[in-house]
Amino acid sequence: MISIQEYRFAESLDEALQLLDASRKNRVIGGGMWLRLGHASVKTAIDLSRLGLDRIEATEDEIAIGAMATLREVETAPCLRELFGGVLAESVSPIVGVQFRNMATVGASVYSRYGFSDLLTALLALDARVELRRAGTMALEDFLKNPPEKRDILTSVRVRRDGRRAAYRTFRRSATDFGVLNVCASISPEGDWRLSVGARPARAARCLEAEALLAAGDAAGAAKTASEKLRYGSNLRGSAEYRRALAEVLTLRCWDALKEGKA
Amino acid sequence: MKLNFELNGRKLEREIAPDETLLHLLRACGMHSVRGGCDTSNCGVCTVWVDDRPVLSCGYLAARVEGRRVTTLEGARAEAGELMNCLAAEGADQCGYCSPGFIMCALAMFRELGDPSDEEMRRYLAGNLCRCTGYESQMRALAKCAEGRRSK
Repeated sequence: MISIQEYRFAESLDEALQLLDASRKNRVIGGGMWLRLGHASVKTAIDLSRLGLDRIEATEDEIAIGAMATLREVETAPCLRELFGGVLAESVSPIVGVQFRNMATVGASVYSRYGFSDLLTALLALDARVELRRAGTMALEDFLKNPPEKRDILTSVRVRRDGRRAAYRTFRRSATDFGVLNVCASISPEGDWRLSVGARPARAARCLEAEALLAAGDAAGAAKTASEKLRYGSNLRGSAEYRRALAEVLTLRCWDALKEGKA
Repeated sequence: MKLNFELNGRKLEREIAPDETLLHLLRACGMHSVRGGCDTSNCGVCTVWVDDRPVLSCGYLAARVEGRRVTTLEGARAEAGELMNCLAAEGADQCGYCSPGFIMCALAMFRELGDPSDEEMRRYLAGNLCRCTGYESQMRALAKCAEGRRSK
């Protein structure tokens, strides 16, 4: 259970940052999805819902997804339905139910760098950047590996419209549960592949060696490499060995989907 | 803290704790159709609408509904009538505990999707767990309700 002493709607991003800096016990609240399962004593909960950060906007060059956009908004945004083979919408659609996705936010999913995150796995296979109020814009991959030391506020996720097609595959023990393993692959019009594996159960990571093999047309080699080169762990949902086997299979399925033009 | 919101069309002012859940607040307001189930935002039993969107009130901070419209089954009775009849006719409400949450999500589905296919219904309602029915009777009730809506 997360306890909260004070609840504040920030009137500006500067105010939100000031509140965040005022105490280590102050926290930005996204969807509040860990309210019951989390453990924290929060002094001031900072709500960003009045700052217009819930928009999903498409320009010629990029898609900007506001931090307070919900997973359901990602799922239903007309501009995301066709882009990247609809992979962003597809990645969030198995998460619990519509009601949950109406609450959970993009900003919290990304800023918290959750290992189980379907959305992070899909975003990492695209050319995505995060926009932070203090640290500025950085590649999602860098943010996942080395987040800024000082606490920050994520304002949007930006995905370059580079014509990529992508495919997403997840394996779940039961519908609506977290994925045991998530895989997303994408290919640009120039033939540049990206492969991201999440819920290992550590957070999503790319496998560059496997990407090179995909580009060379060696799908079986790439799948084996992704299962061997990345680190996998065990938890309630599956063993490291099982996850390695899944990584190989799901990578091949992404490849098949992209090769057959189904994604 | 003070909270001003609209509940089933009525403007209300309430004193709440900053970490109070919407589920707790709604039951304290006498909305007993809203029930607690898993209490961890998973099972769908506590579904209500905030600004017409279905959410899980057990994991939703009451503070967040400041200035917003909340609808429970008590406020959607007229709209729910046909579906409730179909659920009863198909024996899809055995213990009945999950019914209000299920109905609120199903009504939101009909509003959002209009005339959903069987597959779309299953996807939309995946977050509403039921331990009695095995879902088949609920699916029959939904099909019947959708049929009734089409013929209007």
